[in-house]
Amino acid sequence: MSEEKTYSAAGEVAQVRLRRSRWERTRIALGKAPISAWFGMIVIAFYAFVAIFAQFLAPFGEAEIFAKADLPWAMFAEGQAQHFFGTDQIGRDTLSRLIYGAQNTIGIALTTTILSFLIGGSLGLIAVISGSWVDQILSRGVDVLMSIPSLIFALMLLSIFGSSIPSLIMIIAVLDSTRVFRLTRSVAANVVVMDYVEAARLRGEGLGWVMRREILPNIMPPLVAEFGLRFSFVFLTIAALSFLGLGIQPPTADWGSMVRDGSRFIQFVAYDWTLALPSLLPAGAVALLTVAVNFVVDWFLHKTSGLRDEH
Amino acid sequence: MHPVITTVLQRLGLGLLTLFLVSIIIFSSIAFLPGDFGEFVLGQNALPETVAAFRRELGLDEPTWLRYIKWVTAVLQGDLGTSFSGRASSGANESRTVVELIAPRLWNTLFLAGVTAIVAVPLSLFLGITAALKRNSLYDRSVNAVTLTTISFPEFFIAYLLIVFLAGYFPTLSTVNDGTEFGERLFKIALPALTMTLVIVAHMMRMTRASIINLLASPYVEMAQLKGVSRSKVILKHVLPNAWAPIATVIAFNLAYLVVGVVVVEVVFVYPGIGQLMVDSVSARDIPVAQACALIFASTYILLNLLADVIGIVTNPRLLHPR
Repeated sequence: MSEEKTYSAAGEVAQVRLRRSRWERTRIALGKAPISAWFGMIVIAFYAFVAIFAQFLAPFGEAEIFAKADLPWAMFAEGQAQHFFGTDQIGRDTLSRLIYGAQNTIGIALTTTILSFLIGGSLGLIAVISGSWVDQILSRGVDVLMSIPSLIFALMLLSIFGSSIPSLIMIIAVLDSTRVFRLTRSVAANVVVMDYVEAARLRGEGLGWVMRREILPNIMPPLVAEFGLRFSFVFLTIAALSFLGLGIQPPTADWGSMVRDGSRFIQFVAYDWTLALPSLLPAGAVALLTVAVNFVVDWFLHKTSGLRDEH
Repeated sequence: MHPVITTVLQRLGLGLLTLFLVSIIIFSSIAFLPGDFGEFVLGQNALPETVAAFRRELGLDEPTWLRYIKWVTAVLQGDLGTSFSGRASSGANESRTVVELIAPRLWNTLFLAGVTAIVAVPLSLFLGITAALKRNSLYDRSVNAVTLTTISFPEFFIAYLLIVFLAGYFPTLSTVNDGTEFGERLFKIALPALTMTLVIVAHMMRMTRASIINLLASPYVEMAQLKGVSRSKVILKHVLPNAWAPIATVIAFNLAYLVVGVVVVEVVFVYPGIGQLMVDSVSARDIPVAQACALIFASTYILLNLLADVIGIVTNPRLLHPR
């Protein structure tokens, strides 16, 4: 606002209320973002860039096997080796696998999260709008599913369906959608009692319209924040499962299984610390991304909900 | 009846119902196994008679509900069935019972979880309460930033970081067996216990801090402060009685988390616990063992959460003094 001389109520009433464009609002919000949020956003952008352009960035192929295995940074000692971070135990270039791992791990985690939001979000909205017995059945079912720890449940289901990427995505998406259901249901419960929702229903709008046009726009901010949290949770679960050898299977490059492969060297770390790199690099890649997402979500939650620690 | 008893009974009933439903889910998951069960376990070239005998042993020729009832009665009597491993297509049967496999490992896991809890619970309560009381101070902010970071780290990353820095001082493989002495056992599980402590303390401290801050912001605390009650008295007499419930919830919730979190940590340090057993049985698709482990994990989780609820109800001053 330009006129900051003196305040007059009449002046404000007479003013034409200009709505800031979406771009302007985003810019103002970003200007106020704390350092941690900026750090998070830059890291996320970097990961996204690497994941999208993995094919162009990686010096070698995902499953390309070289005859000579190298330790990390052997190039400095010999002056001729071509693998910056060395190779893994069967001679695949670690750096290339890290880059392809970004694509695979993030891609699978993102697909899973989107799927779990589609399932959990729509069921949550249906439960709230229909109320009565539909709500009861869905909520009690979700209560039971949530009472089994999700990693244990996922392990058990994987023992039955076998670990392939589609079953991994489906199992984790379904298990995770229970959390999305809970949140959607609780925030939408406050919106569904509003007069405009009743008006829409009296107008004769169907379930889909009420869900999409009346309720969804009003519960977006908490859902977006939850998307970030769920993404990092799913990402960690998939990494943990792959680390246990039950998630993404070789030769697909993936950070969790890379940690697992690298861990055979880590017992000798007391003699040469670079032996820790094959497992620490992918583990660190996982950790950095989840920290970044958490920082951004933290800031976003504060900004949108006016959530303060004080009260 | 006293409202406390009614609510507690309601919660217990609900908990039992959940356990029942969970046992149905775990049991019925076996029915989704694609293909014929006998052939799957014994191999493609098993004799038809062997397969038939195996099916009879599992009771696959009986209706599902009868099998479920038999399974539940057996589990309640401490019989978890027989492992699939050690069976050959020739009909030779050298398999061991699930209880035999699980019992020593369950004790190991409980030992690890117990040591972690003894260290982590007092530490995180202390950190959480002091951070809440000194809110927005440098101390609070730094504890907060550190715990937010540790929460986001995967367990294996913390574990490997600890290995890199402490490998010279502590063993990186926690290989214990029945004969290991208590002191040596403690020394060997130092790194896994420390890993889990770091993860748990971060969660517990943040939850304690949040619930205390919530209480401090409530009107009756402000009233007590305005009335001129001293700070220590406000905390001891007004805040603490209401804080037991959330704190108990936080502890029980995190102990439940601890039971689950051991899976990854046990694999990292090759600790012979029940989590490792579950991972092995899942990759070998040894379903009775996986089922038993899942049942143990799930019921511990449910019971601990139930305990938290009951403590919350019993210590709730609003229920204790009904109008």
